[in-house]
Amino acid sequence: MKYIDEYRDPQLARNLLDEIRRKTTRHWTIMEICGGQTHSLIRNGIDQLLPDSIELVHGPGCPVCVTPLESIERALVIASRKEVIFTSFGDMLRVPGSSKDLFMVRSEGGDVRIVFSPLDALQIARDNPLKEVVFFAVGFETTAPANAMAVYQAAREGIENFSVIVSQVMVPPAMRAILSSPGNRVQGFLAAGHVCAVMGYEEYEPVALDFHVPIVPTGFEPVDLLAGILKTVELLEEGRAEVVNRYGRVVSREGNRVAQETIGMVFEVIDRQWRGIGLIPGSGLGLKPDFSCYDAEKKFNVTHICTGESPLCMSGSVLQGMMKPDACPAFAKECTPEHPLGATMVSSEGACAAYYNYHRNAYSL
Amino acid sequence: MTIAPVCPSPIMQHETVQMAHGAGGRLSQTLMQQVFMPHLNNAFLDLLDDQAKLDLPAGRTAFTTDTYVVSPVFFPGGNIGELAVNGTVNDLSVGGAKPMYLSAGFVLEEGFSLSELETIVKSMAEAARKAGVMIVTGDTKVVGKGQCDKIFINTSGVGIIREGVDLSCRNLRPGDSIILSGTAGDHGMAIMTSREGLSFQSQITSDCAALNSMIAAVLDAVPAIHAMRDPTRGGVAATLNELAVSSRVGIEINEASIPVKPDVRGACELLGIDPLHVANEGKLVLAVAEEDAERVLEVMRSFDHSRDAVIIGSVVNDHPGMVVMRTVFGSRRIIDLPLGEQLPRIC
Amino acid sequence: MCLAIPGKLLEIFDENGLKMGTVDVNGSITRACLEYVPDIQIGQYTIIHAGFALKIIDEEEAAESLKLWQELIESGAFQPDEDCPSPESL
Repeated sequence: MKYIDEYRDPQLARNLLDEIRRKTTRHWTIMEICGGQTHSLIRNGIDQLLPDSIELVHGPGCPVCVTPLESIERALVIASRKEVIFTSFGDMLRVPGSSKDLFMVRSEGGDVRIVFSPLDALQIARDNPLKEVVFFAVGFETTAPANAMAVYQAAREGIENFSVIVSQVMVPPAMRAILSSPGNRVQGFLAAGHVCAVMGYEEYEPVALDFHVPIVPTGFEPVDLLAGILKTVELLEEGRAEVVNRYGRVVSREGNRVAQETIGMVFEVIDRQWRGIGLIPGSGLGLKPDFSCYDAEKKFNVTHICTGESPLCMSGSVLQGMMKPDACPAFAKECTPEHPLGATMVSSEGACAAYYNYHRNAYSL
Repeated sequence: MTIAPVCPSPIMQHETVQMAHGAGGRLSQTLMQQVFMPHLNNAFLDLLDDQAKLDLPAGRTAFTTDTYVVSPVFFPGGNIGELAVNGTVNDLSVGGAKPMYLSAGFVLEEGFSLSELETIVKSMAEAARKAGVMIVTGDTKVVGKGQCDKIFINTSGVGIIREGVDLSCRNLRPGDSIILSGTAGDHGMAIMTSREGLSFQSQITSDCAALNSMIAAVLDAVPAIHAMRDPTRGGVAATLNELAVSSRVGIEINEASIPVKPDVRGACELLGIDPLHVANEGKLVLAVAEEDAERVLEVMRSFDHSRDAVIIGSVVNDHPGMVVMRTVFGSRRIIDLPLGEQLPRIC
Repeated sequence: MCLAIPGKLLEIFDENGLKMGTVDVNGSITRACLEYVPDIQIGQYTIIHAGFALKIIDEEEAAESLKLWQELIESGAFQPDEDCPSPESL
């Protein structure tokens, strides 16, 4: 597969690993922001191959994991309504609310459908004019252009039976929150390559400067990840708090301006709750007033949402890189993918699920 | 002017399945005579008795049942009828049995197209002929609109287990080679990419096939095969886990050795799905002593649907009950059972 | 967070006023919205996420960085450290 196989080349990976070992003189703690990168690192066992002195901690970049319980509860209530066809990326179907998930709503008679693109949800709205079609618009900056276009296009075509539950979050405010936390151990970041494909990396330059950390936009294939780790180590060893791009085939400094414009037309920056972490100011996107008629939460006027997280779940610490998943007392005991206590055990991107799927009993390997 | 009152006679020609088709009356007979019998006729079925009376050859009998509810009913590379015959033929074959007789039970949704039903019945007859089995008894029920999805088919089957073979998922021994008969994930991805709402225009073809001739040839050549399974739901990953758990051994597989078709791989990458977790309907996983493995491969590769057969790993003493993959980078990871339905994901 | 996979653009068409395309992902053909890559040409590779092309892959950059790594290997800049365990020994 062009642009994938080259970056899974074992020889190239081995050479990069050797170079990382040669360059590393002391212990460094590096956070990969994106859950997709966590998944790839663990799935390919890159973490087992790195020198012990490089510690990777897993970041909060999993929209499924950080979508607040309240949004999920609202989604469950709306999806249960008779007149609603509820559409979602496959990722969200198993995420537990306080007492159930979207699969259970479907089993109780809710019309819950999986879509690959938000435009597919819009098509369902065109095809079912007598139904209300609701799309669960979750995501980081990568998914924002797709979600924004669905709303923009609905407005352009005057499709009125379409609305969205927005749970859009953004990386830079989360990075600042992690770096400002008193328990922070992160010394350098692999920035999420596909977020940067949309947003570019200009906005990371002040973060690097303010907190004196190197930030390296990085891809998702093993060779990309190793190249990103190598660059981060080099910057750390040289004491340089800079932003250096290691995903040049996809990321430019300015990002995708057309996509940014559409995001700006439909969404505005808002404060946002992150599941397991709490409120991060200016970390979310909400619909602009002009598009508020596409806000499903307003359309269906869902109030009185009671939520309750499991007291055992430590996903907040995991998401902020303060705790490794297998250090949680509930890991693989009370909390498994079959019976997840928190969202990090559900999503294939969630650090807990990645550890459970690929690493459980790693000592016995 | 005189008006001759004439009662309108009921419509007897239908294009779709009616509740009356399952009511045992005249429409039921019409359905039998027009749709089922022209294709499925044989000495047993033609008697139209409530049961088939079989003379089974001497030996141990294998008996299996499976129900097919695939959606969409027609998919690239096959349809539910073909699947229902081949699936049961394969379930008998992997136990070392020669499949002989099948039953077929149909649950039809009111409103389902009769011409589509006929196409399905026709391909069942064709699949049975190819596999050398007979459908000797059957049943049809009709349920109201929305109470099933177009058509569900149950097939049960009996076969005679050949002498001198001892196939069981408890038989794996350390040192055994694990063989996969071809590419992983074809059927499941053919189904997923042909579903609506996933934007695919793809023509991934299901691997749906009867494996009994190939399995018979393998057992002729190497009777001492330890275990065989067809990796259907849950994919190769689920089958390997079942084998490891039942035999209380570890299995180690090699990432680089797993064959996956290019388009299947492309769709898996795009949807974030592991081909090892995706269903197959014409593949075989087999465990055999290392010294016999090459002979088995040679026989398998002489059949079209298993020409890509390959050794994907071996049975080990370590980590009993667990399947571990050695990645192309030299690291290892656990291959777990998939949780449930494979969902396309964006993250 | 974001699964995005490279694919090659096969054709461009209009649907509901949106610029759309068919994309070949290793032989699997899918559709993607091209609104965010207005300059894309047939035959170019793009990264697809949630049914949207997000960026035309910079082929020159890709070739250059791969070449650079290859040259580093050939020039011996990557010197395996004898004391480090090789991946095989793990």
